[in-house]
Amino acid sequence: MRASAARPRFRRMPHDHDHYHDNELDPMAARAKALETILTQKGLIDPAAIDAIVETYETKIGPRNGAKVVAKAWSDPAYAERLKKDATAAIASLGFTGRQGEHMQAVFNIADTHNLLVCTLCSCYPWSVLGLPPVWYKSPPYRSKAVIDPRGVLAEFGVSLPAETKIRVWDSTAELRYLVVPMRPNGTEGWSEERLAELVTRDSMIGTGLALEPQAA
Amino acid sequence: MSRREADSGPSKITGEPINGALPKDSPVFAEPWQAEAFAMVVALNERGMFSWSEWADALSAEVKSSNAAPDGSDYYDCWLRALENLLAAKGVAGGNEIDALAAAWHRAAHATPHGKPILLENDPEWDSRS
Repeated sequence: MRASAARPRFRRMPHDHDHYHDNELDPMAARAKALETILTQKGLIDPAAIDAIVETYETKIGPRNGAKVVAKAWSDPAYAERLKKDATAAIASLGFTGRQGEHMQAVFNIADTHNLLVCTLCSCYPWSVLGLPPVWYKSPPYRSKAVIDPRGVLAEFGVSLPAETKIRVWDSTAELRYLVVPMRPNGTEGWSEERLAELVTRDSMIGTGLALEPQAA
Repeated sequence: MSRREADSGPSKITGEPINGALPKDSPVFAEPWQAEAFAMVVALNERGMFSWSEWADALSAEVKSSNAAPDGSDYYDCWLRALENLLAAKGVAGGNEIDALAAAWHRAAHATPHGKPILLENDPEWDSRS
């Protein structure tokens, strides 16, 4: 879909003229159009490529990629080991590569340590495996509170961990982004990777959630 | 480890009641221009106009500025402003040039019949500029 074909906010005038005063572009939309025009005229962007990028991120890249990585790590110890040592390569081996040349690090939840991701700088996020970040990930309350009070953040997401569980907060950067590998739920012995992937939510890979229990999936 | 049972009040972060439900997913982009702004940055980074670190710094400066909404609702406004700043710094497009073209797009939208695609050529002042 061509997202850049302006979808104006229609504003009906209170009285009808015989000329048209129907369309209004909102100010940010007009500025985006202006930038796109300038960059296209200068040969710096290709509108078709812009559309392709939008379509990719709207429909093709999302947390299902990350869920496949986690499910494979759960069921294949050799893959889990590779993911631990060189996440960038292990993730790329499944066909998921970052567009900005960023490195990936997988952080594994274990019985006494839970991992939580944030980007205090802006909104760096493991796009290749999780798609684009949810709105709350980009919000100042999350960005500040995740560092100051991670346990309180988890409570807001409905997650409570035993008091003795350590919470490690990982601050993403433009060059290094993290993926949380949640703990595999009990009662999933012998499950296929496909079935396991259904238990892996986006939030469980950010650390604001846990993998689903088998009965909840 | 378990999801917590019902609790009081909505979360300040998710805006959802704290009842153990997963936060609802909103669309990736709220409006088409946000998608455009996003994709322009990805495309320009890929052609090497700026590194992703440069971009993160530019975006961070906008997100942390006092003009930014405290709830982050204007994230893509910040994104677009950061892109404008970078393009100005790189000498690609100045603020005046962008202002003039944005105004032209406004006039074009205004002059376009309801339901028809908005084209820059519809700007009544288009001929005088080109």
